[in-house]
Amino acid sequence: MIRPPLHQAGLHLRRKIANKLMWVFCIGATLIALVPLGMIMFYLLEKGLPNLTLNFFTQLPRPVGETGGGMKHAIIGTLELIGIASAFGLPIGLLGGIYLAEFGNNKIGGVIRFTADILASVPSIVIGMLVYTTVVLHSTPRPHFSALAGGIALGIMMIPTVTRTTEEMIRMVPMALREAALSLGVSRVRTIFTVVITAARGGIITGVLLAIARIAGETAPLLFTAFGSRYLSTDINKPIASLPKQIFDYASGPYPSEHAQAWTGALVLVSLILILSAAARYATRGNSRMVR
Amino acid sequence: MSLTVIPEENPDIQYTNDVKMSIKDLNFFYGKKQTLFDVNIDIREREITALIGPSGCGKSTFLRTLNRMNDVIEDIHVQGTVLLDGEDIFAPDVDVVALRRRVGMVFQRPTPFPMSIFDNVAYGARINGLAHGAGLMELVERSLKRAALFDEVKDLLHHPATALSGGQQQRLCIARVLAVEPELVLMDEPCSALDPISTARIEELMVELKQEYTIVIVTHNMQQAARVSDRTGFFLTGELVEFDYSTKLFTDPRDKRTEDYITGRFG
Repeated sequence: MIRPPLHQAGLHLRRKIANKLMWVFCIGATLIALVPLGMIMFYLLEKGLPNLTLNFFTQLPRPVGETGGGMKHAIIGTLELIGIASAFGLPIGLLGGIYLAEFGNNKIGGVIRFTADILASVPSIVIGMLVYTTVVLHSTPRPHFSALAGGIALGIMMIPTVTRTTEEMIRMVPMALREAALSLGVSRVRTIFTVVITAARGGIITGVLLAIARIAGETAPLLFTAFGSRYLSTDINKPIASLPKQIFDYASGPYPSEHAQAWTGALVLVSLILILSAAARYATRGNSRMVR
Repeated sequence: MSLTVIPEENPDIQYTNDVKMSIKDLNFFYGKKQTLFDVNIDIREREITALIGPSGCGKSTFLRTLNRMNDVIEDIHVQGTVLLDGEDIFAPDVDVVALRRRVGMVFQRPTPFPMSIFDNVAYGARINGLAHGAGLMELVERSLKRAALFDEVKDLLHHPATALSGGQQQRLCIARVLAVEPELVLMDEPCSALDPISTARIEELMVELKQEYTIVIVTHNMQQAARVSDRTGFFLTGELVEFDYSTKLFTDPRDKRTEDYITGRFG
């Protein structure tokens, strides 16, 4: 047996230096990764905060040239689009996830899982194009942009995220819990919808909130579906404004007052996403405590 | 050598002779591997039948066959018959859900559902439409009392079941099974995750439940089997080596292998 000498100065020193060096690299990389995030937050607060008054939430855009006004229409529009997207994407995503977790250990399950993963990586502009050709061009009485089309585009984007997180969360529910329900004379389907979903609830809510946070900031799929609007509208058959699209329009315009509005809009949007993500983390943490 | 007569039946126990479940020539295959070989047992009504044997001997597999809990596992194959009150539970037109309502099960680890204590006990009854409103309340209370848990939780009925201790959770699971009023209760090492005090409570409980229910218990604890059961079966590598009155099996086993096992000389 070889006994390594306890005092071997050269080797010891080399190892110490290598250790320190790697430590510095790791910390450095982490800091560099955090720089853009810090800058975003700094600029948003610096440029967006001065304009962040109650008016921003309660007023509509003023005509070009006038100062003031707000983005009430875009905030309401974004919330409505999230609502339509959820109504469309959540049932499909949740049921798909339940299917994959409980009955998906076969070829069909594999195909669906693979398809969902591909759908998750399809560029969002392509999903916008899909909805443009299928919904917008076929709307009656003549082709037109609409909140409905925008919501469907966002809903499609939600499906893969919701499906896969729901599947993962349901798979984590111990088999013993299912067997306990089955042993009481409860059918497989009822077991899933009463015990299994209840046990996985926290994780599923997290997945849903993260999916909503992800689509809330999407611009590309809205460009030729919801289109955008300068007016307050809640009609699902009419074009509707959204925060990301309004930011894009204002930021690319020539007027400083609009630029300022765009910064504030961005601040509101990022805050919304931040709140959703925080809520998602909270839902997971409270997993066991959420039980009534 | 003195002649002692060892009574086959314990005079303190009232044996019934009505067969609740009759298992005939049961063979069980997991894929290509056979794990049970020609098992024959008659489970008597209102008795406690204990199944003992070393790990991997097939006693749990056997127990899970009695309410077809093995059906959840893919690639299994069963041969032979299991008659519940004379009806074959493997007949093609048997509704597994109905079977499991009549043959309930308590598992090794407590499995409280992520809901309140009340909802846990009410769960099976609600889904099977057995009771609602005041009737449900009464059923929950009665089940908790029968499981000797009511006094400890009567003020906590709407608290989460997961906050209970392990022993309380296991009695909750027993109450939950009793609430659907099964005829037979299968227990798969119900005390293996519990401390001695909780174990003693569950053993007392089993003896009390015997008045109304037929119980089959799988246990690693031979003292437990000897204490609570009327009859005991000894399994070894998928075979039922011996099945007899517990008093007989633990004092005067017929088979050498049983003797080796119960005396701890098992190699």
